[in-house]
Amino acid sequence: MMRLPSYRYRAPKTVQDAAAWLAESPGDTMLLAGGTDLIPNMKRRQQVPSTVVGLRGITELSRTDDRDGLEIGAGVTLTSLVHDERVHARYLGLWQAVGQIATPLLRNMGTIGGNICLDTRCTYYDQSFEWRQAINFCMKKDGDTCWVATSSDKCLAVSSTDAAPALIALGATVRLVSATGTREVALTDLYANDGMHYLTRRSDEILTTVTLPKADGWRTTYWKLRRRGSFDFPVAAVAAAARFDGDRIVEARIVLGAVASRPLEVPAAAARLAGQPLTDDLIASVADDAYTLAKPMDNTDFELVWRKKTVRSLVTSALRELRGDDMRAARTKLARHPLLVIS
Amino acid sequence: MTRPRNVIGKPRRRVDGRAKVTGQTKFADDIILPRMLHCKLLRSTVPHAKIVRIDTSKAAAVDGVSLVLTGESFPIPYGILPVSHDEHALCPDVVRFVGDPVAAVVARDEATADRAVRLIEVEYETLRTFASPADSLAYPEPRIHDYGDFGNVHKAVALQFGDVDAAIAGADHVFDDTFFFEGNTHLPIEQHATVATKDPDGKLVVYSSTQTPHYLHRALSKALAIPAAHIRVVATPNGGGFGGKSDPFNHEVVVAHAAMRLDRPVKIALTREEVFYCHRGRHPVLMRFRAGVTNDGRVTGLDLQTLLDGGAYGSYGVASTFYTGALQTVTYDIPTYRFRGCRVFTNKPPCGPKRGHGTPQSRFGQEVQLDKIAEKLVIDPADLRLNIVQPPDSLTANFLRVGTIGLADCITKVVERSGWRDKYRKLPHGRGVGLACSSYLSGAGLPINWNDLPHSGVQLKLDRSGGVTVFCGATEIGQGSDDVLVGIVAEVLGIEPFDVRAVTGDTDLTPVDLGSYSSRVTLMMGNAAIQAAERARELIAEGVSAKLDIPKSRLVFADRRVFDSEDPGKGTSFREAVCMAEAKFGTLGTTGSYTPPKSPAKFKGGGVGPSPTYSYTACVVEVDVDPETGWVTVPRVWIAHDIGCALNPVLVRGQVEGGVYMGIGEALMEEQAFRRLPAKLSHALVHKFPSILEYKSPTFLDMPEVFTDLIEHPDPAGPFGAKEVGQGPLLPIMPAVANAVYDAVGVRIDSIPVTPEKILRALEAKAAGKAPRSGPASFPEIPWPETLHVTPPWAGGDGRADNDPKRPTHRKVDAGIEAKAAGMTKEARS
Amino acid sequence: MKLRLNLSVNGEPAEALVDPDKTLLEVLREDLQLTGTKHGCELGECGACAVLLDDQPVLSCLVVSHECEGRSVVTVEGLTVDGRLHPLQECFADLGASQCGYCTPGILIAAKALLDRDPNPSRDLIREALSGNLCRCTGYQQILDAVQASIVRLGEGGEQKK
Repeated sequence: MMRLPSYRYRAPKTVQDAAAWLAESPGDTMLLAGGTDLIPNMKRRQQVPSTVVGLRGITELSRTDDRDGLEIGAGVTLTSLVHDERVHARYLGLWQAVGQIATPLLRNMGTIGGNICLDTRCTYYDQSFEWRQAINFCMKKDGDTCWVATSSDKCLAVSSTDAAPALIALGATVRLVSATGTREVALTDLYANDGMHYLTRRSDEILTTVTLPKADGWRTTYWKLRRRGSFDFPVAAVAAAARFDGDRIVEARIVLGAVASRPLEVPAAAARLAGQPLTDDLIASVADDAYTLAKPMDNTDFELVWRKKTVRSLVTSALRELRGDDMRAARTKLARHPLLVIS
Repeated sequence: MTRPRNVIGKPRRRVDGRAKVTGQTKFADDIILPRMLHCKLLRSTVPHAKIVRIDTSKAAAVDGVSLVLTGESFPIPYGILPVSHDEHALCPDVVRFVGDPVAAVVARDEATADRAVRLIEVEYETLRTFASPADSLAYPEPRIHDYGDFGNVHKAVALQFGDVDAAIAGADHVFDDTFFFEGNTHLPIEQHATVATKDPDGKLVVYSSTQTPHYLHRALSKALAIPAAHIRVVATPNGGGFGGKSDPFNHEVVVAHAAMRLDRPVKIALTREEVFYCHRGRHPVLMRFRAGVTNDGRVTGLDLQTLLDGGAYGSYGVASTFYTGALQTVTYDIPTYRFRGCRVFTNKPPCGPKRGHGTPQSRFGQEVQLDKIAEKLVIDPADLRLNIVQPPDSLTANFLRVGTIGLADCITKVVERSGWRDKYRKLPHGRGVGLACSSYLSGAGLPINWNDLPHSGVQLKLDRSGGVTVFCGATEIGQGSDDVLVGIVAEVLGIEPFDVRAVTGDTDLTPVDLGSYSSRVTLMMGNAAIQAAERARELIAEGVSAKLDIPKSRLVFADRRVFDSEDPGKGTSFREAVCMAEAKFGTLGTTGSYTPPKSPAKFKGGGVGPSPTYSYTACVVEVDVDPETGWVTVPRVWIAHDIGCALNPVLVRGQVEGGVYMGIGEALMEEQAFRRLPAKLSHALVHKFPSILEYKSPTFLDMPEVFTDLIEHPDPAGPFGAKEVGQGPLLPIMPAVANAVYDAVGVRIDSIPVTPEKILRALEAKAAGKAPRSGPASFPEIPWPETLHVTPPWAGGDGRADNDPKRPTHRKVDAGIEAKAAGMTKEARS
Repeated sequence: MKLRLNLSVNGEPAEALVDPDKTLLEVLREDLQLTGTKHGCELGECGACAVLLDDQPVLSCLVVSHECEGRSVVTVEGLTVDGRLHPLQECFADLGASQCGYCTPGILIAAKALLDRDPNPSRDLIREALSGNLCRCTGYQQILDAVQASIVRLGEGGEQKK
């Protein structure tokens, strides 16, 4: 059986305590929420914090409040979000994204904050210590070379969060709290396109809250590509959000998942959509933009060339769905189930 | 004494069902013994190297560590096949793949052993990395093993049955196709585990998740130099096997040694990654099929070549090699046949037997080629196959004796049920159906260690309590062997399954059964059980007959009673009946055993393929392919299986659907794939993703709806007419998927798995006017050995090779064979 | 330093002195000897180790022991109440939903959680709810049949006595 390395466990009751304890030794302290990312990583010795600060005792992190939009505590489980009628009714794209994360059992444990901060993934990295020893390690942990592209001077691990593209498309912000203060940043600014330093979160900061603006007039959707109907991380994904005036788009955001080390916005496409009705030609040209921008690497399931090609199809499906086309059959084929997670 | 059956053929709860749903089944890792220690293995992190130095001092110094072991403690090699005893429990001098065990730590708990094992330092001197068969064929040196046919070729064989070249040359059409089948692995959810202990008498006891306690027993005896009579192996119920727990494994030998040395129980439970290194799964196979075909779709001759990537050790590899060529003729009438197979060593975890052992790969090639033939000749693929089904009660060109064949019924059934005639080549673009068939052994006709001993033994104990205990070495791996055993005994004795206790898979307590492999258990154990139970029934009948004065011939055993068929009120309870027999004969016990009939194949290599009878399967698979991306979904599968007789239809259906499941996994996603880092920078060759997340196996959401039909024509060779079901139903799935993809979008995927990438590449090739296909371009030149020429039975052959140097001067032709051959010549050879 | 844990396990108080680095899976199997809960990866990738933790099905291989204090755990051993099998267990045994039986405890736990929440789920919903549990033997069909049959049995008042 795989065993955890030794670590010291601390359980704060408040964010302030957690921040204070994190500040004591931010370099080798890690935060534990649902455990679905950190615990496997610790067992494989990818992450070996000497102290683990468990957040589950901090009740304020598991609240969801109706404000102007929706304020979701970072510790809210993915299952709670899937069962939250407000999320389903107002932020369908987020609901589709969260409902397709991992498996129902893992969603019972995993939190929204955890999915946002999910470690970037790579088939050269998400391996046991001994396996990584056999390749003389990689740049992301204990080594020098990025085996995905040996000439690369930065790590090319892939952003594998489903929630983040959907949240960025919705214009979400996040709150970061440290012992020295609190700051609010646009979620898109939380990410950097670097497999190792993929978050701009400082190591002494705790992500406490995700804030969604009001959804009035917005339609959102999320299309995820993965091998199987459950378990798998995305190998390509698109979140699209658009505000319509009649059949014309007023404002739109398109964010790609799993084709870079961060969720990738397609600003040119969004600009192209503004003021236009969603014609097939326009959808095709936006899909081309996304295709050009996507840079999948050989770091996860499927061949990268094929993954890149599918971006076109995913964006097309997403925009057609926003336009009002009936995409249920296509979605069921892709997702391998009709997304019935709400009962 | 024929009467309606009470148990056999009725759907019922399996005898171990309650244990399994209450968490009470004790798997190997569930065994906790007092003072038990825990073991971890250090595995090689280099693919091919000499071990220069091992320093275990830091590990030995860790508090709580009892023992550190290296290869020095295990000088004696072992292996599953007598011709390839090439494994050591811990590598003494050379490591051959990443994951090869080098050292072991035994400590008070697993965490301590885990900490300590990481402190062992090993210095390696790297050797050339052999990452593929191409490497192994190109470079004979350094040799991965110092045995084998030549260079890094483990085994190369060439057999010919009749003048295949003339038959192909004289055909109306010649089809020449190459195919590739990627390796894949069993992925049982239970990771291998073993507990070894010294019993109070000082003898070794090993509890292990093994499918083959008898072979483990032999291997332990050899590797540890302990007489087999002083070793007890208990096969714990396996949490899934599929062939992956059929070899004796390093960890079993290591903990056995450690327990004897320390006089304490020692447990090892492998991690998932280590299970990928144990492997022994499906060989990657490159194949070339050259077939001569007449205008009406009959095969005149088949010339098959296969190249197997064997990985780092022999395992079952010699048998696997022959199996890639063994069963083509059992399915279809192929009068002339040449088979050449080659297995090479590479620096990867060893391949071996996975469900279908060696036959799914060439089954895939054959069934896809038949689809191409049907296309070209404009014959419906179902009709093409119906026309060439091997005749029943026949001898094939390669001397396999075929009994009953339900294949035509299977084809007819799936064609009907699936609406094939309305769908094939008629569905809209993007949707398609594919058909394929298969056959499989109901038990290997020869044991691994050639001898004249029974393959399965059963003992029965009955006493005055009325209780019946049945003992058999067979191993419950989930397939329901305990249920078959108990069901048969209960049926014969007219009692309920609940009245029978089964003791299985324990070399101290049970007579030998060779193990749960080659789909042999139901047929062989079943026949032995019938014999034992009938002998017991005979004794009881004598006792009752004497005591109650009823003629023996009129006695009926049913409803837990023994009674007069002419006066059912006259009789006695089963318990009383046993007492009468015990009073008459003394302590009651009977035995039964089963040995398969001798095979008429006398040529070298003829030992692989013979079976008492063969099962047959046909299936239709429906697919949906997105022409834009190649994304493929499988909504429905119709399958019909020739089972002979379904002893417990619940379990039979489960085996069929489980086979479909595994076939869908192999067809679409499962790959035991490796990464070779750039040779300029590294020697590394690693398993690409030794995890249950990245080794893709279908979930609840990926599984098609399955419509199962059982074809029941009892086969005289099987118990109550039963044939196998554990392996056959997997085989046709992969080719049927590929054939369905062709029906859907008009491209041939000649390589397994059928992935969206391959489909899209083929679609793009088609759009560019190139061959609408994805698959291997060619088959390499292989220096084949001299071909053994065997005259087929229909031409008067006697089962020996014409150019066998040991051949007797005067041919002794079996009269039966000759007669059969004469009949076949008349009917089928024109 | 060992960690002292107080839990409710299958409705009874349980106390254990455990290695603090252990997960709930290890505590259940090794310290409480409840070996009915299985493991197939210890990384959250197979579903074999599912238990109910405060009535929610979770993967015990990913729950650190520190976070179990005072909580309620139900394992497969706890599905049998007063000597009566849960209807899910009856149906799994009768209908071939358990072959090797190794994934069965985890699937039973996930299925029980589903039926506790929704007494009459559709076949599609059952599929979705069990999609975090891998089985290599059955092909899932007989599992779906068994869950559906247990719905009928529960509806007929086949509920266990509590």
